[in-house]
Amino acid sequence: MSAPTPATVIVDGRIVENEWLSLADDAALPASGKVIVSLKRFRAERAVLDGSGLAVGVRIPNTEDVATLARELAGQPLIAVEIPKMADGRAYSQARVLRERYAYRGEIRAQGDVMHDLLFNMARCGINAFELRADQDAQDCLRAFADFDLAYQQAADGIETVLQRRRRLAA
Amino acid sequence: MYRYDELDQRLVDERVAQFRDQTRRFLAGKLSDEEFRSLRLRNGLYIQRFAPMLRIAVPYGLLSSKQLRMLGHIARTYDKGYGHVSTRQNIQFNWPKLEQVPDILADLATVQMHAIQTSGNCIRNITADHLAGVAADELLDPRPYCEITRQWATFHPEFNWLPRKFKIAFSSSTLDRAATKVHDIGVHLLRNAAGELGYTIYVGGGLGRMPMIAHKIREFLPELDLFSYLEAILRVYNRHGRRDNIHRARIKVLVKSLGPAKFTEQVEAEWAELKDSYLKLQPGDIERIRARFDQHSYLTPDAADDGSYDARLATDSRFAAWAKRNLRAHRQQGYAAVFVSLKASGVAPGDVTDAQFDALADLADRYSFGEVRNTHDQNMVLAEVAKKDVYAVWQRLSELNLATPNIGLLTDLICCPGLDFCSLANAGSIGVSQDIFDLFEDLDYQHDIGELKIKMSGCMNGCGHHSVGHIGILGVDKHGEEWYQVTLGGSAENDATLGDRTGPSISRADIAGAVEKLIQVYLEHREGPEETFLDAYRRIGMAPFKQKLYGGAEVVAEDEVAA
Repeated sequence: MSAPTPATVIVDGRIVENEWLSLADDAALPASGKVIVSLKRFRAERAVLDGSGLAVGVRIPNTEDVATLARELAGQPLIAVEIPKMADGRAYSQARVLRERYAYRGEIRAQGDVMHDLLFNMARCGINAFELRADQDAQDCLRAFADFDLAYQQAADGIETVLQRRRRLAA
Repeated sequence: MYRYDELDQRLVDERVAQFRDQTRRFLAGKLSDEEFRSLRLRNGLYIQRFAPMLRIAVPYGLLSSKQLRMLGHIARTYDKGYGHVSTRQNIQFNWPKLEQVPDILADLATVQMHAIQTSGNCIRNITADHLAGVAADELLDPRPYCEITRQWATFHPEFNWLPRKFKIAFSSSTLDRAATKVHDIGVHLLRNAAGELGYTIYVGGGLGRMPMIAHKIREFLPELDLFSYLEAILRVYNRHGRRDNIHRARIKVLVKSLGPAKFTEQVEAEWAELKDSYLKLQPGDIERIRARFDQHSYLTPDAADDGSYDARLATDSRFAAWAKRNLRAHRQQGYAAVFVSLKASGVAPGDVTDAQFDALADLADRYSFGEVRNTHDQNMVLAEVAKKDVYAVWQRLSELNLATPNIGLLTDLICCPGLDFCSLANAGSIGVSQDIFDLFEDLDYQHDIGELKIKMSGCMNGCGHHSVGHIGILGVDKHGEEWYQVTLGGSAENDATLGDRTGPSISRADIAGAVEKLIQVYLEHREGPEETFLDAYRRIGMAPFKQKLYGGAEVVAEDEVAA
């Protein structure tokens, strides 16, 4: 992940200024601010990072079993998940398990091939921040969150599902 | 018929709007070919050899008369006047225009139809026994379970970008007519010793270039745990299925490489986390789905069967020959399931014209509670016809060229669209099916040969299910020519088995003749008319068939090496 950090991101359905700097493993730490480091670097430099005064987010490979890192990262304010390409759906499982099984409350941010037509499902799985691919029109992308206003399955977003509504109507 | 409630309808309508927007952005140059490809596939839209192909979902094969008329309308308005029943009980149109697809989907939505997840690496149409609800050997109707699973799978947010396509089939009968053991997940409904309803779960079956029979991973799953268990399987697959090689990406490869025991362990571990979560169904959830299926009020046995059916059998030998082949028992006394043969000479197997769609809708309304089913053998069924009406139905089907008395016989073959339409195919299949039709046109001869399933695919992807044909035929490309590999002894039923290769592939000119030779060997060796081709093959083995096909000559098979 050496893509330049975008100037704006979508967080919780709004376009905001990007406060997080994605750092390569060999890049020096800034004096202050918010950084996203790889899981590998986080593990290697944990003590330094903890004492740096920086806000530290962690980028996890999409092959990682989040069961092995959920407790370790529970106190970090941000976990970044990878979308290496549109067709690779592994991060969706990671995000859901982080939210639903480990009750992770920080920001889960999608990085990589993040584009319009993926946003709705990502949000349902508990990803709440999106670094859009450079060619994406952020304003237009906001429409994607309204593609559907209900869903068959309960997931990490807590919206009322078809099943729940039917139960409610039947009660 | 399952009737949508307003929530089902709203989701389909919203999908039409979403796809219309995706098509608009593609045509405006805002989506790349590659991106739009992934998105359109999730709506069943392929770009084929000559034109786009649109695959429309027919959940568990069930169609209402209103839906049939809509399919007729689409065939007339947007296509060249016909549609095609696929081996997943869906309907395909071969000639729509890309720009018109959103309009087609909008038309379909008005009759509670869609093309959601009929392609792409996601959970595909849920299939079931085409005799569900009427079969005498059935524990209970599996379709409410298929429907609730369809809803669970529809737009599942976590499983829309799987390593590869994912197919689920349900069976609830003694005889597995849904080919469940060649599916990614096969679900068998059953009662345990305590009388509780549940499921036996099979995982990792599949056809294609690496055909495999599914492994049983759970003997008994309680009824209300269906979603949590499916979700556990899919999550293990989504995380660990291979994504580096499209030919190794199906769940069957994961099951094989981990070994069924290890795979099961992973699923059970994931399930332990999920089983008591919100995924657990409540009894009312399934009941409410069941209640949205139409209930059919049957005539009394005497009123349904007034004796005229038997009288016609005795006096009309053509009718009797058809009834013998194309009817199946209905659990309701006085009723029969009537098969509509889509395998007539001169017609591509599974093709239905616009006029036939309309006429079948009329027949369904008049004689079969307004419903028709598609079979995975590419026929249709009017499943609930009173015996007093069977003769009239036969007369009308005969006029429509839909009464070829060949269900289960040699010319009732399964066949993919092949090189005539499909951009993946190596070889033609429709032409070969016609050659076979011509060779075996004599119906008495076919009846003498008895039950035989010939299944043919134009390439390794195996849409024609060749690996599980009693006789399987696979088209291969050899130096730019169409050749055919033959397998024997496959089956997709309870005794699911993959066929064995006979030997080197056979040329286009000789393939129909080769089928005839195989039949001759069978007829010479069978112990009597009761011994089917499949049984005879299992008894006598490959040697006599091989001898007849290739003679005694030592065959040097250059294509064996390549394959």
